[in-house]
Amino acid sequence: MEDLAIKDRWLDDEEDENSNILDQDEIDQDDAPNKELMTINMGPQHPSTHGVLRLIVTLSGESVIKCIPDIGYLHTGIEKTAENKTYNQALTLTDRTDYLNPLINNLGFTLTVEKLLGIENKIPPKAQVARVILCELQRISSHLVWLGTHAMDLGAMSTFLYGMRDREIILDIFEMCAGVRMMTSYIMPGGLYADLPPGFDKAVNNFLTDFKKKWPEYHALLTKSELWLERTKGVGIITPEEALAYAVTGPGLRACGINYDVRKMFPYIGYETYDFEVPLGKNGDVFDRFMCRMLEVPQSIRIIEQGLAKLPDGEWMINDRKIAPPKKWEIATNMESLIHHFKLFTSGFKPEAGEVYCRVESARGELGYYMVSDGSAKPYRMHIRAPSFANLQSMPLMLEGKANFADIVAAIGSIDIILGEVDR
Amino acid sequence: MTQTSDESAKLEGFQADFSAEGLFPNVQKSDMRAADGTPTFIVPAAELLEVMTYLRDKGGFSLLEDVTAVDWKVEPRFQVVYNMIALSRREVLRIKVNLPGTNPVIASVTGIWPGANWYEREVFDLFGITFTGHPDLRRIEMPEDWEGHPLRKDYPMTGPRRPNLPSNHFRTDGRNTN
Repeated sequence: MEDLAIKDRWLDDEEDENSNILDQDEIDQDDAPNKELMTINMGPQHPSTHGVLRLIVTLSGESVIKCIPDIGYLHTGIEKTAENKTYNQALTLTDRTDYLNPLINNLGFTLTVEKLLGIENKIPPKAQVARVILCELQRISSHLVWLGTHAMDLGAMSTFLYGMRDREIILDIFEMCAGVRMMTSYIMPGGLYADLPPGFDKAVNNFLTDFKKKWPEYHALLTKSELWLERTKGVGIITPEEALAYAVTGPGLRACGINYDVRKMFPYIGYETYDFEVPLGKNGDVFDRFMCRMLEVPQSIRIIEQGLAKLPDGEWMINDRKIAPPKKWEIATNMESLIHHFKLFTSGFKPEAGEVYCRVESARGELGYYMVSDGSAKPYRMHIRAPSFANLQSMPLMLEGKANFADIVAAIGSIDIILGEVDR
Repeated sequence: MTQTSDESAKLEGFQADFSAEGLFPNVQKSDMRAADGTPTFIVPAAELLEVMTYLRDKGGFSLLEDVTAVDWKVEPRFQVVYNMIALSRREVLRIKVNLPGTNPVIASVTGIWPGANWYEREVFDLFGITFTGHPDLRRIEMPEDWEGHPLRKDYPMTGPRRPNLPSNHFRTDGRNTN
């Protein structure tokens, strides 16, 4: 009898459990509003927050009720520092804002200063074409790191290794040009810091032939993977109206279907002469942002190929000794050059008083520099409009009330933030 | 969100309207050299919200790219700068507002472009300009208990807690020393 009783009770329990499982959805829906809310601190030292981003997340069970980004952990006062440096010294600070695409940062700063100086039409054609090639290489390398880390956050480790492998070759090309791999300061007011190295075309060509073969591998790893689609489709949706109101730019805005690419809208360094397309998304979810960036890479390859085909010979720096430093051999033989060199590196050049806002398309969106000159050798005010800053601001819209905790990581990866640029 | 061709045709010559037709008689053209050729206007602080609402709704300036400020050291000391784009017409515009050095207060444009939220917090944090009507006006880059506003020109380069060393003295005004 005893045995039977125990068995009965056990059976009862089992039935209860089964009924629980059957009604799970119903129970979740009913209880969710009454469940105790939990506030979780994520970051700032969390590997999937891409730097030192802190999120204060309020959860009800698994679903995100509130998500407050807290930034400022990497604030280094770059804008203040730049006000106390000459223009060519401030250039080196721009490398350190968005450390995954220093060359495009250099370009943004350079174009701004060139507009202040009024020399934007006098830049030698070789420098302009080289700038386009280098910036598109930089865009590819930045996208490779984004792709690798984004995929790794969602559990696809191998993509990261592939991305780093190919980025390494691009960094080698930058090392050939500038002598350093990341903090290049290679594009500077007046042109390029130095001539393109011998074998530059060959190195870029080799990279492109190799990379074009490898690129389908990335698509094969992610784009068609069901696991990937499950984690990204319909997650982190932002509507076009919201995106515009929150000043989202770059792939985040284009994924909503709004065609705004600075390279097309306000062409600079001759982008209007290149033939390329701007991929657009439709749904504004994580997958569309992913695809926008993925489709940008082949377009960048197209631009680089066109650039290589028309890369002219000649000077790489404007021939104005008040702005461009003289060449080393000139200094050894010519007294005026020595004086110019000394004056440039001790006091710098002095643009006429005025203001300028200049935008370029960085890998993350619209990168803007607002600069005010008071006629002295140092920028009176330099403000960096960092694309990540505005894009990160829109993140709560993607998550609050419509995402689970694990989707936060997908959303962070998809907006591709660089905290160095957010905090400056 | 995208304008039809009819609408954009109507909006053409918008800038001429804005500056000349006398909709906002107190709005003036900025006399500072704009090296990028962007039309720049100075708006009185009291009319800011009206002008901004007009620009977004009638002018099509849907994207407020940037909000920042400049400290000019002389009165009117602060200048808040707004850069915006009308995407449908490829047109750019810059609006500036002059503010006094003591108790600088300006209306927040977060009601018009919600994206101004963090930009205004940044200006509040680094310049000490107060935005009325802002939903969440806290420091954003510096710690909550920080004293002073680092991007003001009278804020020492060495930071508030260290003495201003003589070698740094001439650098604090941001001007060339030669």
